[in-house]
Amino acid sequence: MVISMTKPLNVSTPTAGAEELTVKAECRNFNFHYGDFHALKNINMAVYQNKVTALIGPSGCGKSTLLRSFNRMHDLYPGNRYQGEIVMHPDDTNLLAKEVDPIEVRMRISMVFQKPNPFPKSVFENVAYSLRVRGMTNRSEIEGRVEEALKGAALWDEVKDRLNDLGANLSGGQQQRLCIARALASDPEILLFDEPTSALDPIATASIEELVTELKEKVTILIVTHNMQQAARISDFTAYMYLGELIEFGLTDQVFIKPQKKQTEDYITGRFG
Amino acid sequence: MNPNDIEAIRLIIRRAKRWDAFFGLLGILSLMVGILTLVALFVDMAVDGFARIDYKFLTNFPSRRAEDAGILSAWVGTVLVMIVTVVAAVPLGVAAGVYLEEYAPKNWVTDIIEINVNNLAGVPSIVYGLLALGLFVHFFKFGESILSAGMALALLILPVVIVATRESIRAIPQMIREGSYACGATTWQTVKDHILPYSSAGILTGVIIGMARAIGETAPVITIGALTFIAFLPPAPFTGDPPTGPFDWLFAPFTVMPIQMFNWTSRPEAAFLVNAAAAGLVLVVMTVAMNALAIWIRYRLRKNILW
Repeated sequence: MVISMTKPLNVSTPTAGAEELTVKAECRNFNFHYGDFHALKNINMAVYQNKVTALIGPSGCGKSTLLRSFNRMHDLYPGNRYQGEIVMHPDDTNLLAKEVDPIEVRMRISMVFQKPNPFPKSVFENVAYSLRVRGMTNRSEIEGRVEEALKGAALWDEVKDRLNDLGANLSGGQQQRLCIARALASDPEILLFDEPTSALDPIATASIEELVTELKEKVTILIVTHNMQQAARISDFTAYMYLGELIEFGLTDQVFIKPQKKQTEDYITGRFG
Repeated sequence: MNPNDIEAIRLIIRRAKRWDAFFGLLGILSLMVGILTLVALFVDMAVDGFARIDYKFLTNFPSRRAEDAGILSAWVGTVLVMIVTVVAAVPLGVAAGVYLEEYAPKNWVTDIIEINVNNLAGVPSIVYGLLALGLFVHFFKFGESILSAGMALALLILPVVIVATRESIRAIPQMIREGSYACGATTWQTVKDHILPYSSAGILTGVIIGMARAIGETAPVITIGALTFIAFLPPAPFTGDPPTGPFDWLFAPFTVMPIQMFNWTSRPEAAFLVNAAAAGLVLVVMTVAMNALAIWIRYRLRKNILW
């Protein structure tokens, strides 16, 4: 079932064209257990630099679990165990290694959550928080970075006159872009999105999708979505997961137009899921 | 549904609704028993004591003549003991609550601690008095002082502060914590920047509830040896000759409001009973003022906390 890849490109090279692809991170024989439950089974997968990789699959397939492994969110809760590696390039750091501090991992890999979760602080302080935990104290430097991040999240024009308002007073879509700005402020290498539009209306969803497509110029993106159209619209690579296994991984066009596996095809065409 | 049955249905509904009316009435009566008793007690005390409260009553020391007696040493003692109680109980209780919620591993040891913290809240206050007598008065040699009394009452309200801290911390959505950790914050940064600021309103409420309990406590304060008749104030810092140290007042003998009241109620003359009622009124006003302050501060703090 599992596509084993020592050189993960094998699956997708046929139509990758002349474009040069760089692997930013890869899972190697990654297994995850919630207590006795084997949630992820021997995952091997690559995440390409400056590309959007979508994780799709039915509820409970392990896509969020896999995403949250990238910034070691699972370390916050007891009873979680994992084996294998998630290796980050170019420095070849195994993010899961015991000697690698999860805080170091989270400083390199930011995350945007399913439901917008701005802190009950001002718009400015929400974005500045990522900088403050990095020990940045110079006010003008923080101001510059906050403005840059808010512009990056396409929110600056809407909030530049209300930076001292509470983050929670923004609309749902604005709150989610605020969270994206917070994640961007620290200039991460990878940005994780965990179903970022599932709590938003269609218009806010469209603006987030557009933003994701723009952001890949700067940062590598890994996104979990339960919306297949969304995956098709915004991602370059798609991984289809089912019951903790990676069933198929490849270029999004390939996976959606000509899936290799019957299971993937059934899910994508809506016969199951 | 057969339209002819509509009358039957209406009858059933009317019958069922009788129980609504019955229980509504029962609820109001139960509520009244509690509220009216309290109001009656308070009004009775106010009628007896209100006329007695004047400037002299608040600024006179106790006296053998009821008309000259005042509550100066009692209210000053109560205020000072409360200060010690809060200064001791709040940091300890908040730190313990934060540790249990944010740091401690969830296992059987913390389960046992949790159960016992709740049990501690139910221990009779005189037991805390005995503990304080042995520990603070004799072992640490604080004497029969404001410090000993404040610490005894701090122990008494510690479980209340811990439970209130834990509950207001638990009310913070997990996604806020995850948001903070995802930014790369350590546990301490998360506690300092998020957990404590967002739970401060709830913690404050717990502290005030604890203080309201402590301010009326008599048994533990008597146990550690508060005086019933005291005609001087603890030394104010840097007064007298030679000048007192900044913390000398902590070791002074003292009395508190409930003890003063208790003392007066045990006197045969009716005039002293009036004094007791007046002191009780002042004590109730102090408690109400504390609660009002808490509600106001909580309102101010919560205005800016939206998830």
